[in-house]
Amino acid sequence: MSTAQLDTPRLDFASSPINRELTPERKIDLFRQMIRIRRFEQTALKFYNAGKMGGFLHLYIGQESVAVGTISLKEENDHFITAYRDHGHAIALGMGMNECMAEMYGKQTGCSKGKGGSMHFFAPDKGFWGGHGIVGGQTPLGLGLAYGLKYLNKEGCCLCYLGDGAVNQGAFHESLNLASLFNLPVVYVIENNGYSMGTSQKRSSAYRGCLAQRAEGYDMEWDVIDGSDIYEVRAKTHIAMERARKEQKPCILEIATYRYYGHSVADANAKKYRTPEEIENYKQNHDPITLFRRRLVSEGVLTEEQADAISKEAQDEAAASARFAEESPAPTAADIMTDVYWETDNNTEASKTGWHFFND
Amino acid sequence: MSRTLTYREALREGLDEELARDPNVVLLGEEVAQYNGAYKVTEGLWKKWGDKRIVDTPISEAGFIGMGIGASMLGVRPVMELMFWSFHSVAFDQLVNNAACVRYMSGGLINCPIVMRGPANGGTNVGATHSHIPEGLFAAFPGLKVCAPATPADAKGLIKAAIRDNDPVYVMENTLLYGTTGEVPDPAEGDYVVPLGKADIKREGKDISLIAHGRSVIHALAAAETLQTEHGISAEVVDLRSIRPLDVDTILASVKKTNRVVLVDESKPFGGVSAMVATLIQEHAFDYLDAPIKRVCTIDAPAIYSPHIENEQLPNPRRIVEKVRTFF
Repeated sequence: MSTAQLDTPRLDFASSPINRELTPERKIDLFRQMIRIRRFEQTALKFYNAGKMGGFLHLYIGQESVAVGTISLKEENDHFITAYRDHGHAIALGMGMNECMAEMYGKQTGCSKGKGGSMHFFAPDKGFWGGHGIVGGQTPLGLGLAYGLKYLNKEGCCLCYLGDGAVNQGAFHESLNLASLFNLPVVYVIENNGYSMGTSQKRSSAYRGCLAQRAEGYDMEWDVIDGSDIYEVRAKTHIAMERARKEQKPCILEIATYRYYGHSVADANAKKYRTPEEIENYKQNHDPITLFRRRLVSEGVLTEEQADAISKEAQDEAAASARFAEESPAPTAADIMTDVYWETDNNTEASKTGWHFFND
Repeated sequence: MSRTLTYREALREGLDEELARDPNVVLLGEEVAQYNGAYKVTEGLWKKWGDKRIVDTPISEAGFIGMGIGASMLGVRPVMELMFWSFHSVAFDQLVNNAACVRYMSGGLINCPIVMRGPANGGTNVGATHSHIPEGLFAAFPGLKVCAPATPADAKGLIKAAIRDNDPVYVMENTLLYGTTGEVPDPAEGDYVVPLGKADIKREGKDISLIAHGRSVIHALAAAETLQTEHGISAEVVDLRSIRPLDVDTILASVKKTNRVVLVDESKPFGGVSAMVATLIQEHAFDYLDAPIKRVCTIDAPAIYSPHIENEQLPNPRRIVEKVRTFF
């Protein structure tokens, strides 16, 4: 979806059935989730720049409505998996800021005990099967979660997120073929922020107009969504998830969105491959948080003062998570050797059979 | 009471027993169901267990192996057949980034109880791309377990252990062993499982240790016979069976007894299994060695097609005997 398309007046999805049933409290909660993600990441950026974290930091700022809108539709047996830009999904799924921030700090209290880092948050107890680091590599895993649901006779679906850069990976196309062939309840959500690292979609995808339309090559349903409108995200994603749950039909959703920062904080050319006007246009006219806030105020659900207070709370929570991470202990050298094999951690008879590790 | 089974039948019996034992076990791969298996390992299983348990996949290794890994995270126990282990390259990302790493990256929150199995060998005149022997490669990735059975009994016992294991296990079989026969314990005598990480002394000896795995064990046994009858040299044959975990204790005990070692390894010499075993021996049993460690590996070039010469590229009894004779 181009900027021009986004600037065209669109349908109002507030009155779609799945949005009509939202109570004022739920609406405020959606707003709170989005603002929590943004404040968390702004705080992470501040401390990343202060040298508190290693590795990459792929910020989700600008895309919050995608994670919050889709995950707000979660039912008991639904599962979620994403790529390396995973903070938004993690927090929307209920992971705590403390465990997430501590993971980025590489501390023992991190969700993966400091073994995963920014790109690898996991919370299987919340249906979150992680952030994964290889572009497109998570798409067959999402398929497998859907396969598992079907095999185990559970009505549910898997939402598998990917970026627009991942649509050109072979693993994604193999996944689409298998999903359709086996009738698996997986919904692929392409978060199209327009750029695969520094290369615009126009220069990376031969078929430029619409990425979701590739579904047709696999006899699969698809839809395109304006990600700046959380109501539209929910309305259209709900249809896809219900189809997956009830009919075990896969689907591709392409959600137009935008990232305000670079591919990662290490993206030195972040301000060169996009014009300042383009970035400013999104911030001013398409920011999902600003638009939803405005909407809720106009609906009478929220006052400006309440919105400010929610924002402040989120800011305080994020700041506290950084203090928690700062004060948490680092892993020890002995921790390097745990969580490699199930049996060596669980000290079974088999864990004593043969050498599992080969250190000098 | 044991019966004589082929390696292929023993694997099938192991798969069948595990399908019966655990309803979460499912077999997936190219031609495993209706075609009865490209190498007939899964013959009859589709008819017995049906579409849900035995699943034909498209030729799509990255897709279906990744799918199996995802399903294993959710509690299914998939056994994935690779028609040739040579095709690992198509699914390498899934095999080493997802299966090997997900437990670690999640701080132990996620397990990945998946089995990848299929033939990994040369010797069938199918040229370079179909003759890769990657057990050393995968054993180099912590998080993975790798085994390579040489006999029907071990094939059955190891596949059953692999399926019950909570970590990803890569079982390297061998097309040239599928038709070989051997004694396999009768199921009526109880559950027959060969634990991962336990080597087996296939032949006792006192002058030299021949350390091998997979089909090289068969060559080592033939060479040992020749060495005994023609040269009066008593060779001990150690079958590693499992590459990772590795039974280093059994290896070292044999070396300490015989004081000489030839490693026989169908994978390539650079960074292969024998390179690792040689390192461990010199590190832990150097003082027991009366001579340098020597190796008989696949000659260091891509696999040659020519049926006239391929067996010379691979370890074979003659090459092993010649190598041993350099000591005596």
